[in-house]
Amino acid sequence: MKRPPTATELNVCLCHSCGLACDMTDEPHECPRCDAPLHRRKTNSMARTWAYMLAALAFYVPANLLPVMNTTMLGNGADSTIMSGVLEFWEAGAWDIALIIFIASIAVPGIKFVALTLLLVTVQRDSDWARKERSKLYRFVELIGYWSMLDVLVVALVAALVKFQALGDIEPRPGILFFGLVVVFTMLAAMSFDPRMIWRNAPDDADLNRAEPATTPATDGAVPDPTGA
Amino acid sequence: MVNPETLIICEHCDCVYEKVALAKHQKTLCVRCGGVLQRFNGLSVEQRLALTFTAAMLWLFANFYPVMSISLQGLKNSATLWDSVLALSQGPITFIAMVAAIAIIIAPAFQLVLLVWVLSFAMRSQRAPGFKVCMRWLETLRPWSMLEVCLLGAMVAVFKLAGLLDVLPGIGLFALAALSLMMIRIAGRDIRDLWDIL
Repeated sequence: MKRPPTATELNVCLCHSCGLACDMTDEPHECPRCDAPLHRRKTNSMARTWAYMLAALAFYVPANLLPVMNTTMLGNGADSTIMSGVLEFWEAGAWDIALIIFIASIAVPGIKFVALTLLLVTVQRDSDWARKERSKLYRFVELIGYWSMLDVLVVALVAALVKFQALGDIEPRPGILFFGLVVVFTMLAAMSFDPRMIWRNAPDDADLNRAEPATTPATDGAVPDPTGA
Repeated sequence: MVNPETLIICEHCDCVYEKVALAKHQKTLCVRCGGVLQRFNGLSVEQRLALTFTAAMLWLFANFYPVMSISLQGLKNSATLWDSVLALSQGPITFIAMVAAIAIIIAPAFQLVLLVWVLSFAMRSQRAPGFKVCMRWLETLRPWSMLEVCLLGAMVAVFKLAGLLDVLPGIGLFALAALSLMMIRIAGRDIRDLWDIL
């Protein structure tokens, strides 16, 4: 069984805002239904994704090296970085909280850098390797996107609460700014990447031995009502 | 050529399918890349509008009541979401306060206002004035609305401070918990169905 036809073959284009399949016969610049700009592919996707990602990577260094907050208890002040916060929880025995912060703040941005680089490089090489898995990887990157904001919000809440002057005071430090920038820029990078590039020049999937007719999508769960299909 | 209204394009690999009617708990997947094409949407316009009003009330509670309060040797202090945004705004890091404000206060508020506007007209099977702009903004705002992250953040903050002093979760925290779950349900992608029914 052949794969279903692509939008390019049918001369239609997906509107990213409302999901309409727009007829491209007259080369419209805007979606006829919602007026959003229409592009067959996201413009300058590769260059923009690289740029946003490298910017995020540059901010990732100060985000991890600079202190994110300063805790003063009874006159003794101490700066803490993201990693020292994780270690503090770990040593206090709260391994679960340490794990949550570690995953959200250090692992998630790291995974995003590795995954996006992998996607960019394989697309640039027109690689035929694991296209379906790479599509999944992209969706995973999109999904985990904003969870790194966690630490920014924790610092904000804690700093807003602990305001007892000499007795105890917590203040945010510049590290948190860089950290927030890493999150924003990795999100922009993921949004700029066009996952359809993964399938550029794909051979007509010979391994796709499915019984469904080419224009019926796979249904998860029971068979759909035939009257509606 | 076939009517484009009945077509659905996979946003991950550009494959074109015909739309199918889905039953409860069903979703359709792209046979080429495995991406989700359609998901069953069990909410009627009335239900969604009712949930939006509930969410708007919860937003008020989440914003005007403290998320949590602490006490240290007789001194008490509490913080709302806005207080925590202000805590970030001092010094050279003001930019991140703006990001936080958008993520946890402004974006959800805008989403709710737009939903109320669009859905109250949809109740009478009408397109609201500025329908196109509203729908496009709902798409743009979605990735920047981070209430569920804020909820996890508040819970981590409770544990972080519990070792140092007494922490008491406030009404704001419970409202935040309910609100973040409801936003996932009402402001999700399936709001696009309004394009087809109006």
